[in-house]
Amino acid sequence: MNRLTEFPDHVRQTGHPRKGFFTDTSICIGCKACEVACKEWNRNPHDSKDSGYELLESSYDNTGSLGADTWRHVAFIEQDQEQIVRARESGRALVSLGMPGFGPPRQDQAPNLAGADTRPPDTPDFRWLMSSDVCKHCTNAGCLDVCPTGALFRTEHGTVVVQDDVCNGCGTCVAGCPFGVIERRSDGTAGPKTERDFTPGEQAPTRNVGVAQKCTLCYDRMVDGQTPACAQACPTTSIKYGEREELVATAKERVAELHAQGLTEARLYGANDSDGVGGTGSVFLLLDEPEVYGLPPDPRVPTADLPRMFKRAGIAAAGMLAAATAAFLVGGRV
Amino acid sequence: MTVSDFDEYRPPEPPRWRKRGGKRRRAGMGGDRGEVPMVPEAGFTSYYGRPVVKPPPWGDPIAVYLFLGGVAGGSALLGVGGQLTGNPILCRNSRLAALAAVGMGAAALVEDLGRPERFLNMLRTIKLTSPMSLGSWILTAFSAGVGVSAVSEIDRMTGSRLPLGPLRRLLRGLEGPAGVEAAVFAAPLSAYTAVLLSDTANPTWNAAREDLPFVFVSSASLAAAGLAMITTPAKEAAPARALAVLGVAGELIATRRMEKNMDPVAAEPLHLDGPGRMLAWSERLAVAGGVGALFGARHRLIAALSGVALLGASALTRFGILRAGIRSTDDPRYTIEPQKNRLAARRRAGVIHDSITTAE
Repeated sequence: MNRLTEFPDHVRQTGHPRKGFFTDTSICIGCKACEVACKEWNRNPHDSKDSGYELLESSYDNTGSLGADTWRHVAFIEQDQEQIVRARESGRALVSLGMPGFGPPRQDQAPNLAGADTRPPDTPDFRWLMSSDVCKHCTNAGCLDVCPTGALFRTEHGTVVVQDDVCNGCGTCVAGCPFGVIERRSDGTAGPKTERDFTPGEQAPTRNVGVAQKCTLCYDRMVDGQTPACAQACPTTSIKYGEREELVATAKERVAELHAQGLTEARLYGANDSDGVGGTGSVFLLLDEPEVYGLPPDPRVPTADLPRMFKRAGIAAAGMLAAATAAFLVGGRV
Repeated sequence: MTVSDFDEYRPPEPPRWRKRGGKRRRAGMGGDRGEVPMVPEAGFTSYYGRPVVKPPPWGDPIAVYLFLGGVAGGSALLGVGGQLTGNPILCRNSRLAALAAVGMGAAALVEDLGRPERFLNMLRTIKLTSPMSLGSWILTAFSAGVGVSAVSEIDRMTGSRLPLGPLRRLLRGLEGPAGVEAAVFAAPLSAYTAVLLSDTANPTWNAAREDLPFVFVSSASLAAAGLAMITTPAKEAAPARALAVLGVAGELIATRRMEKNMDPVAAEPLHLDGPGRMLAWSERLAVAGGVGALFGARHRLIAALSGVALLGASALTRFGILRAGIRSTDDPRYTIEPQKNRLAARRRAGVIHDSITTAE
């Protein structure tokens, strides 16, 4: 990682442990309590891009995707036997790679599942994958790196948060995120509220219009020592909140447990600190390839190449100066 | 699969693996040599065809700014050239053009913000990791120099009628250095926008990162030269014509190199639909304008028409690149397929420590 991007160690320098989520999709039941709790706590408006509460014809997912107004999104994927077998095969290939979490390859320690029976007796002929997606709170966050105003910042807990009163809505972070999480809130329609601090019966004003918005990992709850709304609401502990190191350890235990049960399709997403974004604060246990869930298979923080890009732009700028000089040398004599 | 009688009412499943018509894009990458790949051939699956990365909320004002920023940068260079080689008419016209272009361009930038009233927050900090932050400072420094030199020209054109008082002498003294100062920031102003686009997760812009700056500075040069060919008499516009020819040559070469170096999948939006047509027409107009600048030089009308063609070419390049990138986020294929390919290539090469997906 180059020096221009954030130094991953800075999180440890704050004296606070890095916090994160571990979303274990193998025990998600798709109740969407996380989506509801998130909207309620953060008072996010109804997604402004939809014309109404339309049905999206994508299983039980009528939320669509993460965005300015949706900070938790439950994906629903229906798979038949062929797809399940394929997921299991791809997971097995991953294991045979001896893919390490950290450090050099440890082929000897990797469980050799190459010859394992991939037709466990409980292979269902249909399965329903459910996964609650959220901001990844990357170690090297693209959105944070490219933000020109400093509105996006790294909290003491290692999360990435937008300062609503600083952001001027330039939209660079939207393009900078390799996961398509952050978005500029365009308008949003909040329904009439009848309780809390709203005037009963009146349309509640939409907050932070024109400003980039995304999951804050409930920064406001975290500073009070509380659990983020989604994790608190999750009835199956599919969403776990805590110190990232402990969560990664839990995740690795869980994936080993599933492998031992013959579920070779289980894999972790974001637990590797050597990946393109330096590891994510939100770690996932997936049961198929990431792109099946709408996650990028090989995300890379764009700023990793920035020194090279500046160099190329510098050469180009020098070329433009040279061209202008040449033009006057030639054109002066014409 | 048949689970229940009601399954027949399900909508048909979209094809899970999209074949690319048998065209093998990466020659010599195994495949037919009978070896068993450790990782299955990269295929393409997505979540209901929904985008993976989001398009930035950048509309036409940003394309207009990319165009005008380039015109301003190139014009400032022509202005300082005229200033140093004793070509006052070219100098004056180019300074005025630079001020007008940078003024309108900055207005377009502010207009596209989600909160235009907070545009000054752009200068809240200097962030090396943010091309937008550096660009804001480049634009500010550039505007200062261009403003001083152009206001001095306006004052001279109006016969010293601007109510400047004692500031006039200061202005006259500063106009030369200000023109040079603007020229120092002119090339960075024309080049940084390419980094701004490439330093994103946008598949097409990011894949173009090696050569996009060269396309953009060439486009800026030919556009500013085209504008000078319109505003300045043929006799004084010789340097502009030379710059136009160099700019056209640079753009033709840089565009080809860019597409050659890009991932073939990520480069596809550059040839599709609206953006594809824009870029194709941009090239035709650039060639026409370049030929006009080279051979029709002495005719004022031909020079002016060539100038219009060059300006049109530059505008189409900027709109085309911006819209091609935004379009590349519509289809998850442009994000997923290049990523799967590069991941598979790394794994084939034995690099297995840097995948975001891990099995243990």
